Amino acid sequence: MLLALMTDLHANREALSACLAHAEQQKVTRYAFLGDIVGYGADPGWVLQTVMDYVGKGAFALMGNHDAGILQEDKGDMNPVARQAVEWTRAQLSAEQIAFIRALPYRIELQDMLLVHANAWAPDKWEYIDGVMEAMRSMHACKAAITFCGHVHMPTLYHMTLTGKTGEFLPTPESSIPLSKQRRWLVIPGSVGQPRDGNPAACYATFDTDSQELTYFRVPYDHDSAAKKIVAAGLPASLAARLLTGD
Amino acid sequence: MSTRSLQIGMEFDGYRLDEKLHTGGMAALWRVTDLRQRHLNKPGMENGVPPLIMKVPLLFSSDDPTAIVAFEVEQMIMPKLRGDHVPRYFGAGDFDAQPYIVMEMIAGESLRSRFEKAPLPLDEVVSVGIKVANALQDLHRQHVIHLDIKPSNIMFRHGLAVLIDFGLSRHDRLPDLLDEEFRLPMGTGPYISPEQVMGVRNEPRSDLFALGVLLYHLVTGERPFGHPTSVSGLKKRLYRDPIPPRNHRADMPDWLQEIILRCLEVDPNARFDTAAQLAFLLQHPEQLTLTARAKKDQQDGYLAVVKRRFKAVGADLVLQHSVSEQLSKAPIIVVALDLSHGSEKLAESLRQITRRMLQTEPGARLACLTVRKTSRIGMDESLIQQGENIHVKQLVELKHWARPLSVSSDKITFHVLESPDPAMAIIDYAHNNDVDHIIIGSRGSSALRRYLGSVSAQVVAEADCTVTVVKNNEK
Repeated sequence: MLLALMTDLHANREALSACLAHAEQQKVTRYAFLGDIVGYGADPGWVLQTVMDYVGKGAFALMGNHDAGILQEDKGDMNPVARQAVEWTRAQLSAEQIAFIRALPYRIELQDMLLVHANAWAPDKWEYIDGVMEAMRSMHACKAAITFCGHVHMPTLYHMTLTGKTGEFLPTPESSIPLSKQRRWLVIPGSVGQPRDGNPAACYATFDTDSQELTYFRVPYDHDSAAKKIVAAGLPASLAARLLTGD
Repeated sequence: MSTRSLQIGMEFDGYRLDEKLHTGGMAALWRVTDLRQRHLNKPGMENGVPPLIMKVPLLFSSDDPTAIVAFEVEQMIMPKLRGDHVPRYFGAGDFDAQPYIVMEMIAGESLRSRFEKAPLPLDEVVSVGIKVANALQDLHRQHVIHLDIKPSNIMFRHGLAVLIDFGLSRHDRLPDLLDEEFRLPMGTGPYISPEQVMGVRNEPRSDLFALGVLLYHLVTGERPFGHPTSVSGLKKRLYRDPIPPRNHRADMPDWLQEIILRCLEVDPNARFDTAAQLAFLLQHPEQLTLTARAKKDQQDGYLAVVKRRFKAVGADLVLQHSVSEQLSKAPIIVVALDLSHGSEKLAESLRQITRRMLQTEPGARLACLTVRKTSRIGMDESLIQQGENIHVKQLVELKHWARPLSVSSDKITFHVLESPDPAMAIIDYAHNNDVDHIIIGSRGSSALRRYLGSVSAQVVAEADCTVTVVKNNEK
């Protein structure tokens, strides 16, 4: 099975289309969307519908914090900009789409792999894996040989030996990495819809379960159009600007 | 299954163990037969599958945890390697059952057998140096630093060096499993570079240091830094310079001492930029700029050593760059010039392009060359004498051409090649010297071109590096 791992799509239609087309060229056989399907971007309806169509054909999808945010009633604890964005997004979605979000799981186990949005120790609490310590905590919290996880928008690979020594690696795109069965791995593919490492190209990864080879990709897409749509929708301009720079 | 229980005739994963060839500190080597013949019809196997060996780690007899991780590293890196300078990889077994790597058997003995006969004749030492440097360049180009270059890890096949044992190696584009695991220096005592002693594992020029140690030993029969086993013993090379090779060997040429001592510099920046440049200068010693190293006949004085020792205490050797970065910072650029009458304009255009190239690549080395077309038949004495005069004249002209570029003398070389076929001479030169880029002029549609054929077109078609063709811009 060649699994494509796409996460943090953030309602970015242009980025998701480009990644899906790219993955098809790689002859991907199965798709996993690791959450944050909506939020920030201008095309929540299209992006969510696309994920729903893929799930209908066997893909996996997880709940992210932005997806969960759509379901929550405002108890007055959201800042006004966020509340405005959430309300705008909710207005774009059909009842059927909201029901789909409501049914999304927080974790999926697949052979010796675990899929989560944020981390393995409390997948619904949205704490970030932003360093070696958190990566260790997550790997210790599950039995999976390989964890795939989103939430953090920076493509990263963590690895841990049986004795708990953990290393961090910043991957080079398009260079396959064999994941040794001798250790455990935590894979963060990086964000499809809102890259934040200074490179505006969309991120995703593939994993070949036969050869155990992981490959990170960077896919350039029409970020100008995606940014213009955000402005046109009346969403905060900063959300458009960061797509152009990848910050 | 324990490694100790492996015996002749045993089969696993369709491989039969035929003969135990070697047991080292970390692994045993077996000659094996692939009973399933699974590699028979794969690409590159047109001439049949070569004899295979299986490397099996001694995980259970070793207290050294490095052995396990080193084997994991080798399993990761070997499938990525290609070409004449590494054994071809055929498959690996999981740690779940019996870990192993199956690879092509390289016949013959390692350099170790010659090493024991050191000191060796100068010609042989230089030839080994060129071969190993070429192999290192090929490895570095594939994003891998070997980090354990020593005689027992160097084999030879069809006149080329083949590097083996990638257990301590570092691949630029793969996680460094060893770096996270161990804080002690990793390498082999006599050969380990100062930066490796300090825990740096991303410096390609560490391999040039190890090659320098190896050449020093081959040429003198002595180890430049002894055989320390403690960390403090290893650290001594950060401040104590080796005894100049000349003290061990009277017929040591200045240029070879210059090359060896430069490889052994503590600061990687003071060594050669790339293995290709080292190979190049071993082949063209007349192009080497000699420094005080060449004539040095004793170790540095007490004061200099004490000063360095203080510096070494706070040494900041964490040099962050990748192999590919290091290689691309120091490319070898060839400018092929035709200095015949009537080519002045083209020569000027070539100089402009070369200048632009050097501005964007300040670490580049420039090799200026021209080809003197010789006839295919033999020459008598007077013609030979005449030829030598022309040779000198052309060298002078090359230098004259390059003077306005103001390239420092250690970054530029000049060559007059002699060949009946100028295009092939340039192509061969570029191949043999690991050239990254050729700049060549196109004569356009002159009568000469109709007569000679297009040299530049043939170079573009057949050279194995990038070629820039410069035209006479007369608009």
